[in-house]
Order: sequence, then structure tokens, then C-alpha cells
Amino acid sequence: MVVKTAHEMAKEHRAISISEFFEKNRHLLGYDNKIKALLTIIKEAVDNALDATEEARVLPDIYVKIEELEKEKYKIVIRDNGPGIVKKQVANIFGKLLYGSKFHKLRQSRGQQGIGISGCVLYSQLTSGQPTQILTSTGDGKTHKYRIKIDVKHNEPMIEESQVIKTDKWHGVQVTFVAEGLYREHKQSVIEYLKQVAISNPYANIVFDSPTGKVEFSRGVQVLPKEPDEIKPHLYGVEIGILTRMLHDTKARTIQTFLTSEFSRIGSLTAKKICEDAKIDPRTSPRKLTEEDVKNISYAVKETKLTKPPTDCLSPLGNELIKNGLKKELNPEWVDAISRPPTVYRGWPFQIEVGIAYGGSVAEPSFMRFANKVPLLYQAGDCAITKSITKIDWRRYGLQGSKFPEAPVVIFVHLCSVWVPFTSESKESIASYPVIIKEIKLGLQDCARKLSLYLSGVRKAQMIAEKKRIFERYAGETAVALEELTGSPSKQIEENILKMVEKRWGEINGEEDTEEQRGEGQDRSQANTEHNG
Amino acid sequence: MERAKTDPKQTLNIMGNSILKDINSMKNPGIVLPIRTLSNVFFDEKHRIIRLGDKISRRTYLNVAHTRKFMQTLLVAAECKKIMQQNVSTSIRDMYYILKRTIKNTNENTFEDQNESDPVLEDLEAALNTLREKLHLKADRKGYIAGPIKIVDGEDTIDCTRMGSSGWAIPSNVEPEVIQFRDCTADYVLVIEKDAVWQRLNEDKFWKKHNCLILTGKGQPARGCRRMINRLHNELKLPVYVLTDADAWGYYIYSVIKQGSINLSFLSDRLGTPDAKFIGLTTQDVQQFNIPKNVTIKLNEGDKKRANEMLNYVWFKPKEWQHEIKHMLQAGHKLELEALSSKGIRFISEKYLPQKIQNKEFLP
Repeated sequence: MVVKTAHEMAKEHRAISISEFFEKNRHLLGYDNKIKALLTIIKEAVDNALDATEEARVLPDIYVKIEELEKEKYKIVIRDNGPGIVKKQVANIFGKLLYGSKFHKLRQSRGQQGIGISGCVLYSQLTSGQPTQILTSTGDGKTHKYRIKIDVKHNEPMIEESQVIKTDKWHGVQVTFVAEGLYREHKQSVIEYLKQVAISNPYANIVFDSPTGKVEFSRGVQVLPKEPDEIKPHLYGVEIGILTRMLHDTKARTIQTFLTSEFSRIGSLTAKKICEDAKIDPRTSPRKLTEEDVKNISYAVKETKLTKPPTDCLSPLGNELIKNGLKKELNPEWVDAISRPPTVYRGWPFQIEVGIAYGGSVAEPSFMRFANKVPLLYQAGDCAITKSITKIDWRRYGLQGSKFPEAPVVIFVHLCSVWVPFTSESKESIASYPVIIKEIKLGLQDCARKLSLYLSGVRKAQMIAEKKRIFERYAGETAVALEELTGSPSKQIEENILKMVEKRWGEINGEEDTEEQRGEGQDRSQANTEHNG
Repeated sequence: MERAKTDPKQTLNIMGNSILKDINSMKNPGIVLPIRTLSNVFFDEKHRIIRLGDKISRRTYLNVAHTRKFMQTLLVAAECKKIMQQNVSTSIRDMYYILKRTIKNTNENTFEDQNESDPVLEDLEAALNTLREKLHLKADRKGYIAGPIKIVDGEDTIDCTRMGSSGWAIPSNVEPEVIQFRDCTADYVLVIEKDAVWQRLNEDKFWKKHNCLILTGKGQPARGCRRMINRLHNELKLPVYVLTDADAWGYYIYSVIKQGSINLSFLSDRLGTPDAKFIGLTTQDVQQFNIPKNVTIKLNEGDKKRANEMLNYVWFKPKEWQHEIKHMLQAGHKLELEALSSKGIRFISEKYLPQKIQNKEFLP
């Protein structure tokens, strides 16, 4: 038996790079299968394109192309009209995992971790061996062309080609991947994803050149939603690890200034109280705190009542945009939407928006989930949105069905937050915090009430129309009988009956359920009960 | 009775013209009808019959709950007028078929079944204060009579002692214009609920031995039959005795013969016979005639419920009836006429009925 020494064992241990890790665990990034892989690539690139255009306050024009090169091998192109990427950042953005601007910022955006687009580069290179091509220009007449791969061991970009081409003035990014995949058009497909993007981003124009033909999702409005603001983290949402890192990075000289300057809504009084509770001198330098001190601060925070973070930092769609998106893509008979007021879960501000589209071209019941305007197509069962929908008693709102409404409705639910609590890295479903469920339910109920009002109006109108049909239906036979009884021509009588119905139409609809009607109703039920030959 | 003297043809014309006038002046036309439900009948203590109250309903065209019935009422009215003009008579079933047709541009019929046309006809009878027989309408025959009486039916004279085993079938129209009585020597009329029991008495020539008329309505008697009983009593002054099962249904049949029904309360004058007496069966007969317990039938929940309701009816208020119904509830059983056969096949004709009639053992 060979006995290894601790030193020998230590030689075998080595840090693996993040790229290496994902090479082995690609499902965590959304590449579980070939169909989903195509969707993930499109999703990451389109999310980036929308984030970039919105941040630059440009109405997004997005072009997507999927071309089958050979069996299960595709060329995927995504082009946007965003601000473009400056030359020195291109390689890192596409060639290095966890490189990004958004992870360190607290601001509502689609991407969060800086894994997405470089993950696409990695997947392409793993399945096709080919580098990813990037064309970008900031609008100065020069286009930078790159062909990039990732050095998996060191998580560093490998630039295979880089050149500057003189072109017409344009700005934006065009990425081309070559990767393994499978193109399908079912419920969880690229086309459904783009359709939902078009609903939740009605200010974007999206052209999709697919293997089965060209589709355009036209822009419905010319305004962008309010720009989200960056905010500082809130103490309730910060765990010990992050707190330690922030203590290390801060420029503040005392723990008191650290608390008031790095976190949202902490005044000097609160800061002093936290320090006091943690038994730390507020004037201590943040770098001098021991592990024990950090723990104590964390406990003290939990015991302190803190002001909620500001919620005006979010960028909700607003009911007009939601209605516009649902209308233009679904062509329903009725649509409405509501934005709940923003609120907070674990120190993070968030806001729920709900829309319902009914009837018209909507034939089947379905629901759409969105987080920061991004459609969520997978893992619906785990999602807080699904759970909330099943908790509503839809029959109370004039719709059939218990868990899901069995009516021609599309339910749209959007959660926006500076930090969306996804259940996993592939960002497919929202965690079920009670306050989130509660907000979604309130939104659904509010919107469903509006629908039920509409439906009862429709039913009333149908009843009135049916009433008129009844009066018209029996006019002919009544006239025939009256001709027999009076000798007047039935044609004239029928005409006059119809005229009379028309003339008294207004008051007919006012006088339902009169005395005489009730008398008649009873009459009928009892008159037939007795046997008489 | 005097109201019936108005010519129904005339009344129909007036009704039609008033509706037409409303239509031409753009008013919502309506037909005024007496309400024929429990809420609008009362027991006339003096004449001891059920009478229709004076509550009315207006069946109007511009009321979705009425429109179809409004049309049906006018169709029936028009048809009645036609029949009267042609001076023929027809059956209420014929009427239904004559008027049944598909309404233009719909898949709906003017009448879906006879249950729709019959009540409309009754409404019209009530509204016009006339008998449907005067509107030249007949129903199916139901009920038989035998005994010492001659009946003049049009050109024929029928001797009811010579009707063999079946008896004379009572037509639906027995109004004096059509049916007259001759040479009646009977002492009373015995009305029997069940045809089978009637046949037994007829075979035994009960009517001959006891000098009476025997009559059956085969269950709840039709109006022809009830009118016949009414006329036999009023015109020939014959006492009327009623023989039914000892159960709620039997007692109900008796009450309809005696004071009329809720549904046809507007005809109680003509159809009711307030002087009729109940001869049996009663549940008290079980003891009196030593009827074996094993031929009685246990009351079910429906029987009990019905009996309890009957205790509250005005026409079952006499103490004898209260006593009988309470006795039935207490004993917990009911009795069919055929149960008497357990005492022998002729027990009913030779012992039961003679004893009851001789001793005047009747319920009021």
C-alpha cells in the first residue's frame, strides 16, 4: 500500500480556473442540451444588446440570424445598434469569464455576473473548435474585428485575429458564433423567446432571420423606460463574506464612515448604534476589524431597525409599455396591466408588474415570466411566479379552472430588481420569498379584477343582444296569429312589432325583473304539476 | 256562471284588437291573465269549493320571460277562433300538432311538446272565462260509468245497464248541449278510484243490487268525469260517495272531486261537487273490519310528508279528517282498495260497502 504524504497530496491539489469548471459543468450555464444551447447563446447576446442600447439611451435595433451550416452545427449572428465596445475591453468581455461591469454595481440590468457572453464563446469553442468573431464600432468610422477563444486553464482571452477596418459610420456590436445546436420552434425555443422579448421590450425592433424564414417583431413605442439608478447595497442584504470584502476595499477611515458611506440609508446615529451593539469603537479603522468584530456587526445589524432602501432606483416597464407589448404581439380583445408599488425583500428593492391579455388572437391559456425584462422559459415549476398564479382562485374572477385559468388568457408577470433572486446560475426561475409571492398575488388579483369587470360587461352586452333577438324572433308568428284574430295583414303587424321593439328599446333595458315577471315565473312552475285530462 | 254566457268568439276578437291597437301605437302589448297558482286560490267556505282569486298577471311582449308564451297564447287564441268559425271540434292534441311548426330563421318550434300548449289553453280558458269545450276542444276520454241511467249523446241514447263488462266511456265534453240524462232510477253515485275495483263491482252487478251508478275516473278523474259527477249531483240530486285507497293520493283525489283543483280553480263551479262524501278506505277500517295487518303498506317518508301537509289544508280541517290523517300517521301504514280482497273476493261488494252506506259511515 502506497502511503502518500501530506506534501505529496498537496502537489495534486491545484486551483481550477472558472473556465475549466464550466467546461465540466456546462449545464449550470444553460447548455444542458443542443436545443437549449442555441437559445442560451441568443439569450445572452440579446440581453447584452438590450442592456447596452438602453444604457446609451438608444432605441434598440436588433438583428438575429441562425444559419444551419451542417447537421446540428449553426452559425449564430447577433447585431445591435448600441454604443459599441472600446478596443481594449473587447478581449476581456468575450474572452474571460466573470469579467464584467455589472457584478460590482447595484443597478437593475439584465446581466449580472459577467458569465453569460464569455460562456457562449466557451461553448462555441468547445463544440465547434472555432473562435468567436466580434465586430464593433463606437461610431468613429473604424470597425474593430476580433477572433477570440478562451484559454481555459488560465481564464484568459486568446486573440486569434485582431484588425481595424475602415467602414461607414456605425455603432454597435456584431457577434458571430459557430456552435453545435438544434433549431426547433416549440414553446421553449428561440422564436418564443424573441417574441416574449418583443413583448417586454416593446421599444425594441427585432429582426430574426431563422432557418425557416424571416420574422420581424416591430417596435411598438418610441420611448425607453426610465433609466435605472445605481444604488448602494442595503445592510440587510449583505452577508459576512461580502461585508469582509467591502471592509477591505473601502476608502473610509473609520467604521462609522464606512457604514454611512458604503450602504444605503444609514445615518451616523444608526451607524453609532450598530457599533455600540457590536461593542466596537466607531472610530476604529475598517481594516483593523477582526473576524469576531465582523460577526458582531452582522449580528448587530439584524437587531437594528433600518430604514428601507430607496425604491425609485428601479426601471419598471409601466402599464402602458406592458399593454403595448401584449397588444402588438398577441392582438388580444382586451388587455390591461398594473405596476405594483416597489417594495423590498432582504434589503433589495424590487417591483412586480402584471399584465393580462384576453381573447382575440389569444386562444389558449398561458403565462409568461420575466425578470428585469428578460423572459424566463425554463423551470417554471420552481418559480415564485408560477406558484403565485396557482394560488389565485381564478373562478372568483369569472374564469374557469382552479390552478390555472382555463380561458383564452395570457398572464404576464414581471419582476424587476437590482438583484433578482434566481434559484440557480442559469437564471431560469425566481426564488419564492414570501414577500415576492405576496406582491405577485396582489398584482394578479388587481389585474384579474379588471378583467372580470370587463367580462361581466361583455356578458351583459351579450344578454342585451340576446334579448333583442328574442323580441325579433317571435314577431313573425305573433303577427300571423293577430292577423287571424283581427283581419289586419300580418306583414304590416310584424313591421310594427319590430318598430315598437326599436322604439321602446331604451326603457326595456331599464325594466328588468318587474313584479309581473316574477308572477309569471311562478305560474309556469306550478301550472303543469297537476294532472288534468 | 253568467260570465260564461259571453260569446268566446267575441272575446277573442276584442283581445286581438286591443293588442293590435297597442302595437300600432308603439305600446308594449299585454294579455291579462288570472294567476293560477296556490298564491291566488282560496277556499270559499260558503260554497265549500276552491276558487280563483282576483290576482292577475300581465303577459307582455317586451319581457323576455314572456315573449314566447305571449306568441303561443295568441297562436292558440287564433286557432280557437278558426275552429269555432268552422264549427268543428278538435282535440287538444290536434291543436298542438296544428300549431307546431319551426319558427322562421331559427331551429326553434312554436311549441316543443303538448306540455307547452295545454297550460296556454288553460290560461286562455281562464282569461276568457269560458270552458275549452265551448272553444270546441276535446281531451282524451277517461273514465267509465254503469248503472240505471240512460244517456242521450247527440242522436244516440245509451242505456247504461246494458254496457256489458266495460261500461260507457265518459267523453271529455259532457256539457248539457251534448249530453243529457234520462230515466235515472239510481239512489246514489259511487265514484271509485281504481278501474280494477270498478270492474269487480260491475261484474257483481253491484249497481243492480244496490240501485246505484258506479263510476271510475281511473286515478285522478279527468275534467269530463268530474263535470259528469257534478251534473249527476246537481241535476239529479244524487248523493255522491267516493271510494279510494287509504293513502294521501286517494284523499287528494277525493278533495279534487269535492272542491276542485288549484290549477283549474276557475272551473270549480262546474267541476267540484262539495256535497260528495268519502266512503273509504280509511286506515281506521283495518280495526273495524278486522283486515289482516299483513296487507297494509308501511308509510314511506314521502307519504308522511304529504300527510303532514294535508293536515294544514283548509278542506281537511274537519275533525273527522284530522282524526283519520293523524291515525294514519300514528299507525304508520296505508291501505289499497284491493286489500279488502284478503277478506274474500266479494267482501267489498257484499259486506264493506253495504255496511258503510247503511250506517252512513262517511267522512265529510
